[in-house]
Amino acid sequence: MSDKLMDISITLNGKKVAASVAPDMSLLAFVREQGCKSVKCACETTNCGLCTVWLDGRAVLSCAVPMMRANGHDVTTLEGLQAESADFARCMAEEGAEQCGFCSPGLIMNVLAMEREIRDRAAEQGVEHVMPSDEDMDSYLAGNLCRCTGYTSQRRAIRRYMASRFPSLPEGAASCGLIVGEGE
Amino acid sequence: MSMIVTREAERANLERIGERTVKKDAAALLSGKPLFTNDLVPADTLTVKILHSPYAFARIRDIDTSRAMKVPGVAAVYTYRDVPDRRFTLAGQSYPEASPYDRLILDEVVRYVGDEVAIVAAETDDAADRALKLIKVDYEVMEPVLDFTQAKGNPVVIHTEDNYHVNGAWINNDRMNNVVASGLSEHGDLDAAFAECDIVVDETYHTLADAQAMMETFRSFAEIDAYGRITVTSSTQVPFHVRRMVAGALDIPQSRVRVVKPRIGGGFGAKQSGCNEIFCAFVTYKTGRPSKIIYTREETLASSNSRHEMQMHVRLGAKNDGTIVAIDLHTLSNQGAYGEHGPTTVGLSGHKSLPLYNHAKASRFSFDVVYTNTMPAGAYRGYGATQGLFAVESAVNELADRLGMDPCEVRLKNLVTPGERLAQYDDNELYSCNAAECLRRAMDMIGWSDKPLVRDLGDRVRGLGVALSMQGSAIAKIDIASVDLRVEETGFYTLSIGATDMGTGCDTILAQFAAEALRCDTDRIVVHGVDTDVSPFDTGSYASASTYLTGMAVLKASEKLIAELRARAAGFMGVNVDDVLFDGEELLAYAPGTLEVPDDADRPEFSGIYDDVEAIARSYHMAQAAPDAEPIARMTLTELANKLVAGGDGDCLTAHAAASSPTSPPPFMSGIAEVDVDKATGKVTVVDYVSVVDCGTVVNENLARVQAEGGIGQGIGMALTEDVQYDARGRMRTRSFMTYKVPTRLDIPRVRVEFAPSYEPTGPFGAKSIGEVVINTPSPAIASAVAHATGHYIRTLPITPEKALFGEDSGK
Repeated sequence: MSDKLMDISITLNGKKVAASVAPDMSLLAFVREQGCKSVKCACETTNCGLCTVWLDGRAVLSCAVPMMRANGHDVTTLEGLQAESADFARCMAEEGAEQCGFCSPGLIMNVLAMEREIRDRAAEQGVEHVMPSDEDMDSYLAGNLCRCTGYTSQRRAIRRYMASRFPSLPEGAASCGLIVGEGE
Repeated sequence: MSMIVTREAERANLERIGERTVKKDAAALLSGKPLFTNDLVPADTLTVKILHSPYAFARIRDIDTSRAMKVPGVAAVYTYRDVPDRRFTLAGQSYPEASPYDRLILDEVVRYVGDEVAIVAAETDDAADRALKLIKVDYEVMEPVLDFTQAKGNPVVIHTEDNYHVNGAWINNDRMNNVVASGLSEHGDLDAAFAECDIVVDETYHTLADAQAMMETFRSFAEIDAYGRITVTSSTQVPFHVRRMVAGALDIPQSRVRVVKPRIGGGFGAKQSGCNEIFCAFVTYKTGRPSKIIYTREETLASSNSRHEMQMHVRLGAKNDGTIVAIDLHTLSNQGAYGEHGPTTVGLSGHKSLPLYNHAKASRFSFDVVYTNTMPAGAYRGYGATQGLFAVESAVNELADRLGMDPCEVRLKNLVTPGERLAQYDDNELYSCNAAECLRRAMDMIGWSDKPLVRDLGDRVRGLGVALSMQGSAIAKIDIASVDLRVEETGFYTLSIGATDMGTGCDTILAQFAAEALRCDTDRIVVHGVDTDVSPFDTGSYASASTYLTGMAVLKASEKLIAELRARAAGFMGVNVDDVLFDGEELLAYAPGTLEVPDDADRPEFSGIYDDVEAIARSYHMAQAAPDAEPIARMTLTELANKLVAGGDGDCLTAHAAASSPTSPPPFMSGIAEVDVDKATGKVTVVDYVSVVDCGTVVNENLARVQAEGGIGQGIGMALTEDVQYDARGRMRTRSFMTYKVPTRLDIPRVRVEFAPSYEPTGPFGAKSIGEVVINTPSPAIASAVAHATGHYIRTLPITPEKALFGEDSGK
């Protein structure tokens, strides 16, 4: 890590946080130091998705964001989305899909980002947002590893949650184009 | 009125057992609360880091830590000269452990690339990293043993130390020939049986040292408590065994050590071995300061433990009609540098595969476990059975193909049935078994009878393959579980357990058992575990033990507590205890004699294994005799509980019970894989996977289903992508998730799981286990599906696209 410290300021879960940090300190390490312990590290190589947070509303891997890049931006962790995540959390719990729960916060951040992205893109294109296909969702969330569940129960929970948020596609219609594996 | 029942006819009446109860910790986990080891580290804690060996086998001639010590913020640097010279094992097993005592905290000899050379403790990560780079080590590099087929009798001996120790002669340790353990178990006249055979499949199968790859890497922290004792908070499956390891490594009494288990981010057996607890405990012991050690993914992949790599030679003899007559299995197990779990895992490769075909006239199972200069193996879900079943089930599939028979038909013709004594399973009687039903249901689910084993789909070929699996439920006569059950003010209960929920949900499952027995909502049971100072002893959560064994302890404790509640209530109401029933909410007193059970009453049948279960039987009798008559007195549980915690006549009730089983009832599982093999690239895609599990009574359908789906997911990874590789100098190549490929959600199909529950008379409410049996079918089922699709029999995992396309011998 760099020896020279840099003054940074970010908005973390709606609150301004200023600190003097090494510019190459990871956003992951920083938010954990700030008490956001939901953000986990499981790989150090940007493969696992457990450290997913939102940077200006977009899902990013916080292990790959140095503080100099986060400086001045809005950062959201699961600690800041307790109310918004409650419905999806319930769907997960009812399937037993959290299991050890270590990867759950990262997955929740990405599922909620996916939901938001679908709405935003639909609004942009002036079309009605619709339920994505299972394949689209798998592809969007592929970067979120889980070793306990084999993903099947997560799929049930995610599908149930998304179905509660979006109208289903008419039979035979393709949902491609709304989301195409942009999740991290 | 319902009471505790433990027989199959009453299973349908169970209310809490079978419920899809949400895990007790789900809400906290899903809101990201700080519950895991690294979330709980106290302030001002030293960071501990390890210098790992770059050589596979070397002696440390000299080690200079003076420059490292000068780095600002470095508190201590330790080498082999600083640690006690007392050997121990990191295997999380009951004392006396089967694994040899072949480790020190740090040793003068390093035995694999990644072995520990020095410990650094510093105020910050940065300071620790800098210090690591400044430790100067002069190694005398020695010739390593890297090929496990060349280890036995090799002139290079890996463990020559004087104070090496073996607890039991039964493991047949011969370390001067690099043999950790060896053994043989025979049944019948093998030569005569093979002489009868029309056909013999004679093949060698090979599974690799897969990584457990739980998402939470190894981690722990240590601190000194108010009494000067060392408290270690660890992500472990075996808190009580870790207490022994830490005390042994530090050479201090066990009474000086306390181990706390918080929430665990997955274990899968990896955390059944100690890993880094000894390092932070040592630092805290020496410095008096709190210290933490958080392994990186690289350390977790390359400097901890893995599945045992095994090479299995199978000779499977049969008649032309598919009747299996003789099986000969020899397993060679690669232990790596230290002996954790070596003597025991290998046993399962035979004892938990051969009994499926128990009708064979003769069988032989022999094995060697050898040291090599590679990363030590340890426990991984399936624990040897996974490897053995890949070999035996693959051989059965090859037998069917060579005979031109349906592989399901061959199995149905030979499968073990309830009531048999299992020749290769310690001659135990098999009380419960729905293996055949598991297979038939899976065949229905996938539409087996309507599908050919191979179909050309143009750019790809679709194949179908099947396999069966078994495992055990706890280690017979060795595992022990105990619980404390207290009734608290207002009438709720505290259930203290030593079993370790590692995400599997045993806290919730065990509460369901208590709730069923005590006739209340699961919410009324508060579960606490694990803190070795206060939790009752439990060998830990491994060997598929918690539901079966700790569940039985919960049942027995509940029964004791109910007896006490009835006795106390009888006292308060001034009636005889024999006239009092407990229905969960109230204690009801009847006129004398009303509850008497006639001699000819329908008595539940028990195996007679658990004497204590007789008590459960008695209360069942009483419930049966329970009259429509009105009680003559009643008292609510709340009233009783409040009296019990009051002075005067109070008696704060705690029931304690322990369970240990003389048998280890096997769960069973079927798996059928449908795969596509790409004709151009050889890529294998699992397009469908169905499985039916006989885990006895299903205690929580959600959690059982996720266990099965998760195990199958790991099995698919083992079959297709998880490829542990070493370079020519013994350095592991697969050191990150970039190179060690665990399945993503794009690699796993929509797995379909159903249950075919038998009823296990020695289990709590008929339950057996589910945690491990579910990982065993994907490898052989997928290998057979690929063989059907391509004609290539892949006998060395994983099934890479190259092997699928060209066959595994093409590159040689």
